[in-house]
Amino acid sequence: MVAVFVLLCVLAVPFVFPTWWMVTASFKPMSEILRIPPTLWPSSPTIEAYGQVFDLQPFAQQYWNSMYIAALVTVGTIAVSSMAGYAFARIRFPGANLLFGVVLIGLLVPAEVTIVPLFRLVNWAGLIDTHWPLIVIPIVGAPSVLATFIMRQFFLTLPGELEEAARMDGLSRAGIFRRIAFPLARPAIAAVAIFTFLHSWNLFLEPLVFLSSREGFTLPLALTQYVDAYGGPMWNVQLAATTLTVLPVLAVFLLAQRQFVEGLANTGLKG
Amino acid sequence: MTTATIGTPRRQRRLSRREDVLTGYAFVLPQLVGSLLFVIGPLVAVVWYSLHDWNVLANSFTYAGTDNYERLATDPGFHDAMRASGIFSAGLVVLNVGLALALAVMLNQRLPGTATFRAFFFSPVVVSLVAWTIVWGFLLQADGGINGFLSQLGIDGPNWLREGPTAMLSVIVVQVFKNVGLNMVLFLAALQGVPREVREAATMDGASPWRSFWSVTVPLISGTILLVSILTVVGSLQVFAQIAVLTQGGPGTSTTVIVYYLYQQAFQFQEFGYASAVSVVLFVIVAILTFVQWQTRRRWVFHEV
Repeated sequence: MVAVFVLLCVLAVPFVFPTWWMVTASFKPMSEILRIPPTLWPSSPTIEAYGQVFDLQPFAQQYWNSMYIAALVTVGTIAVSSMAGYAFARIRFPGANLLFGVVLIGLLVPAEVTIVPLFRLVNWAGLIDTHWPLIVIPIVGAPSVLATFIMRQFFLTLPGELEEAARMDGLSRAGIFRRIAFPLARPAIAAVAIFTFLHSWNLFLEPLVFLSSREGFTLPLALTQYVDAYGGPMWNVQLAATTLTVLPVLAVFLLAQRQFVEGLANTGLKG
Repeated sequence: MTTATIGTPRRQRRLSRREDVLTGYAFVLPQLVGSLLFVIGPLVAVVWYSLHDWNVLANSFTYAGTDNYERLATDPGFHDAMRASGIFSAGLVVLNVGLALALAVMLNQRLPGTATFRAFFFSPVVVSLVAWTIVWGFLLQADGGINGFLSQLGIDGPNWLREGPTAMLSVIVVQVFKNVGLNMVLFLAALQGVPREVREAATMDGASPWRSFWSVTVPLISGTILLVSILTVVGSLQVFAQIAVLTQGGPGTSTTVIVYYLYQQAFQFQEFGYASAVSVVLFVIVAILTFVQWQTRRRWVFHEV
């Protein structure tokens, strides 16, 4: 028993220490960051690096970009995937199975495979260096197929009597979805919301390919841009910026840990 | 009066049937249009592109048949990329699945603080990928944190990310710590489906904990192990940001995995036709793995319940 406990403590180090190091090092001056032996706590804490985060780049703008893109993608994905998932689970219409098969192909196609044609498409539409491709493609494209699949699995479990009763009360199909089925789907929606937000927040290849100006960058791209005149990384500034991007999500996770883990475990099978 | 009471329900039913069909199409329309425009269209396009010699700088787009694929067959750069991806996937799946299973087994016992440990092991999953990678990049550099601690023990650590053998190992380990929590949770769910009586019966029959783990628990969760392994391999084939931030494919081409090679060909050398051929190969590999996973899904669901 004790042996297992000690083993778990040792194993936890590489999981927890990087985050600890990131936060504490961001308060150290550059000279102390590289000191040997390393210090676990800043000897004279300074917020100088945090000032530079905003001086060297339009960081507040980039933060806002990531926030509003992830928020729109999350809301849009919930709308599109709950409607499609509901229709595929509960409504009989000609060709439903075929159409579901067509949509499911999205689960087979990693985003990297289609990045060249999507780049051509975005370029042709004149939307390079705009946020449109980062918003529209995830909402209706491959990333939302998993969400649709999860929503469908949930709606399959709804008891049919519920819809019969609603129909007797004179609700239309859309009314049943809006008033009965969608509100009941809260657990599935929460799970979809969590992984969609994280997915958008973490996106790297697509912004790298679609964006070119710093004002338009999202956070993952912005984080890699803190280098000095010789191309060397400015570690304290980079770690301060990293801390600023990680803490909100980490805080939400620690507050709602249980729902978070269960939500992702039930759905986040891709990764 | 009588005709109305008979007629109304029938008309209502027919109406609602039509309304059902219309609502069904309306509800799936956005997803369907998105799939055609952003998944299936691009998939067809990438196959089409791969049959062309397309150099953007020279503004040329000519039909080339299977030239790009023949080039792939003899391109040492592509072979290196396939090998790097193979090493990465193999190392990742072994370490990730092994560690995830070990953690899940340990945390499936009644121990003080299991909830906290689960949160610890899971937390990197929610830390954004580039952030996690940047912190590790700092820890792993020549004068970084890890070598700082090693020097305290009198060990002169290597330049982890700039030396051949350790660069790939470093990238794998960083990725394992990032995502092992997700697999751990999937294994925990599977372990909770193993009836306690079965393991107790094995213990009663004199099996050691080790023996009962291998002979009772592992066979019962083998479906989940297979599923998690395939998911991990598919995910590992898509690795890109970690490489771009940590090693830029180096030293040499030792960490130039297939997506990084694809990115270089397409967006650094503007070889869209050739990059498309690389994409098609990646798609075929992922599609086969995903198909296998789908086939084994039923077995997995059984054990999950």
